[in-house]
Amino acid sequence: LNTYIFAALLIVLLGFAYQAGWSRSRKLATGTEKVHSRSQYHGSLVAIWALAPAILILVLWGAFSAPLTDSYISGLLPADIVSQGGPPLVEASQRVKSIASGFGVAGELRPYEQAAGDSLRQFQFLTGLFILLAAAVAGFAALWFAQKRIRARLRARNEVEWVVSLLLLLASAVAILTTLGIVASLVTEAFRFFTFISPIDFFFGTVWNPVFSSTGDGNYGQYGILPLLTGTLMVSVIAMLVAVPIGLMTAIYLSQYAKPGFRSFAKPIIEILAGIPTIVYGFFALVTVGPFLSNTGALVGLDVKATSALTAGIVMGIMIIPFISSLSDDILNQVPRAMRDGSYGLGATQSETVVRVLLPAALPGIVGAFLLAVSRAIGETMIVVLAAGNSPVLRGNPLEPVSTITVSIVNQLTGDTDFAGPQSLVGFALGLTLFVMTLGLNIIALYIVRRFREQYE
Amino acid sequence: MTFNPATTGADANEAARQAVRAGLARRHRSEVMFKGFGLAAIVAALGFVALLFGDILIKGIPAFTQANLHIEVTFDPEIIKVEPAPVQAAGQSDADFRAARLGWERKVALLNWNKVIEASLRAAAPEGYDIDSRQILTIAETDARHRVRAMFVENPSLLGQTVPVDVLASANADNWIKGNIDRTLGDAQQQLSAPARTLIDQFVADGTISNGFAWTLFTNVDSRAAPASAGLLGAFLGSLWMMLIVVVLAVPIGVAGAIYLEEFAPRSRLTDLIEVNINNLAAVPSIVFGLLGAAVFINFFKLPLSAPLAGGLVLVLMTLPTIIIATRGALQAVSPSLRQAALGLGASKTQMVFHHVLPVTFPSILTATIIGVAQAIGETAPLLLIGMNAFVAAVPATPVEQSTALPVQIYLWQANENRNFFEARTSAAIIVLLAFMIILNAIAIFLRSRLEKRA
Repeated sequence: LNTYIFAALLIVLLGFAYQAGWSRSRKLATGTEKVHSRSQYHGSLVAIWALAPAILILVLWGAFSAPLTDSYISGLLPADIVSQGGPPLVEASQRVKSIASGFGVAGELRPYEQAAGDSLRQFQFLTGLFILLAAAVAGFAALWFAQKRIRARLRARNEVEWVVSLLLLLASAVAILTTLGIVASLVTEAFRFFTFISPIDFFFGTVWNPVFSSTGDGNYGQYGILPLLTGTLMVSVIAMLVAVPIGLMTAIYLSQYAKPGFRSFAKPIIEILAGIPTIVYGFFALVTVGPFLSNTGALVGLDVKATSALTAGIVMGIMIIPFISSLSDDILNQVPRAMRDGSYGLGATQSETVVRVLLPAALPGIVGAFLLAVSRAIGETMIVVLAAGNSPVLRGNPLEPVSTITVSIVNQLTGDTDFAGPQSLVGFALGLTLFVMTLGLNIIALYIVRRFREQYE
Repeated sequence: MTFNPATTGADANEAARQAVRAGLARRHRSEVMFKGFGLAAIVAALGFVALLFGDILIKGIPAFTQANLHIEVTFDPEIIKVEPAPVQAAGQSDADFRAARLGWERKVALLNWNKVIEASLRAAAPEGYDIDSRQILTIAETDARHRVRAMFVENPSLLGQTVPVDVLASANADNWIKGNIDRTLGDAQQQLSAPARTLIDQFVADGTISNGFAWTLFTNVDSRAAPASAGLLGAFLGSLWMMLIVVVLAVPIGVAGAIYLEEFAPRSRLTDLIEVNINNLAAVPSIVFGLLGAAVFINFFKLPLSAPLAGGLVLVLMTLPTIIIATRGALQAVSPSLRQAALGLGASKTQMVFHHVLPVTFPSILTATIIGVAQAIGETAPLLLIGMNAFVAAVPATPVEQSTALPVQIYLWQANENRNFFEARTSAAIIVLLAFMIILNAIAIFLRSRLEKRA
């Protein structure tokens, strides 16, 4: 109920403040002096002035009310329960809170409880009332002050616009904060991991065998990243082997050969592949592609496991096709028309023009597109979780199950947020490795693509 | 291709012509081959789309129908031996009454409801059919007894009456009827005993079991004990909550951030840095956002585990770069004449942006955000890291309650041991997820064409 009262206060304050500023500036406007800003701006300015202190008080209250209430309750409880701490304390304060809220507790009341509940109820009522009054007084005082400021020459519009641009700045800062948050959380938790396991064992170890026994005998298992890294690279290479030829040829055909009608039909359909959730690809790989590959392998006498680097790689390649085809399409279209026409003018066929003129000219851009696709393949999670077989063993056979960095992050961190041991902290060290790898690829790729664009602009 | 006969002899002329002709044939052949490769690539890509959708549809559509049992349940006073439900006396506190009521419900729950179900199944079977109690109970889903018990708790006056009830057949019975399990396998490999299988076939023949639309897929929450009754409602609402959070937070923040960067920010190293940063953020693997969520939202801010709030916030951060980039693109596409006209008439920069530029870009911003939101809905990996893969059999009424999401539900179901039954269920869940995303995209396309026509 308190929330509604506070919301009502803010709405009332907003209405009053806007109305006060608006009507006062209207009155000014009927005078002889020319008013700088329109009445809406005066109204908004007063509203901003009035709401800011009230909201500040309420936010502070929201942050500090819970600990304050808890310490008040511990003052009400018998000393032995408080000094004991732990679950009994939590349970006792919960009971007091239930009595205070009027819901009551089942069974007999302990002797002190009724009194404690009553005084807690009183405390909650009084503090709530106090905060409400404080917010109201601060808000209306600010309103009165802001309204007094109104003059014909007050630059209300500029001040309102300053506040608006401040809010816009804050919004764009969220993106920066996200990056900082990612880097900070990955780095701090990874460093905590490296206090358990030395970085050398992590980056150059060839055995991945985290031990989940928390017996405290100091045996955490082995955390060599190399098996995961080779698995990641193997799956990515297979994915690129599928996606690059199909994606590139698709882009070439659509941009050079296809009639506009066919192009406008095929392009959106191929781009559907980019919008399908990766869990769907994972399921498709697991129940359809894997068994198909395994059966086909058996026909030709090859031992292909149903969940393997090959299965995951092929399906991931399908996922990446539209990524490569649409980026390459854009880049091919950016090659100046004159180069193509020149080639045709010298008598080259279409395919010769593509292979000898367009592709060399577009090469940097296309390489950039490939790098972006690789970074996407490295960071892809659900397909490999479902279809790569989760076998973190160092080997080079793509027909066998593998594990990747992303799979191990999921395995180590799923459902476990008690970041106490290396078993879960290793997720962050893996995440940091993954982040640095993809970031490096992206920066190089974006740099190449940008250079390419500038070349032809 | 002309050759001057004055400078070359007739023979040389003819030889050159031959060489060119041969070369031309070769070049044309390679041209045809190259074009063929291109066409093959497109056919392959289109084929993958068809294969993916065809495979999921063929696997999933059977799961939209399900075997139902129509039985007559008798609330036999011999089995249901319990005192009448308590009534709240005057002066009794809410907590005390609830304790009494819960005590009564616990007593009701301890009764042997399986016996009630067994009796009604036997009543439907031919007289004297030889089957033991454990076997006959495998025909009905285990939630049948909860259904019947809930009916009694709701309405204790049913005692002694016989009412028709529709319950779900068990997952194994459903497999048997649909032929998802090989009917020729021996007894050892079958999930159901031989008498149960014969009785099921008999029930199908006499109409006690019939195939109906699987409403429970949409009206039930997930269930492990009773797989046939597992539904998507909880996961769907969890996804809906997260979508709401993304729309409420990511869209305004993203659009506002893009406006600042495109219209207000001074060209400086700092804004260059922000720009590079946003482009990179868009390409950060989704699982890294999950790590961020686990470390910051769960571990530092202590948000509840596996709640749509934490999941929604992670998806907000993931969607922001997409929305910022799309909005900036839309703002850049606005013609300078519009801005100059507004500024020339004395509008301030803020007025120019909010009164003139933004309304024109509205359709493209809207489409981009809907597509961004649809993509966020399908994301799985980051949600696994903040505990949304917990088994939750409840409908999330608020965004801080435990819940799953549609893609996570797919992940959970594909791992279920009852593969025969859950392969189809999982495909059905995928169909629901894809349908949801297609609807969102269709709305985006519709709105764009509608708004652009008006503009």
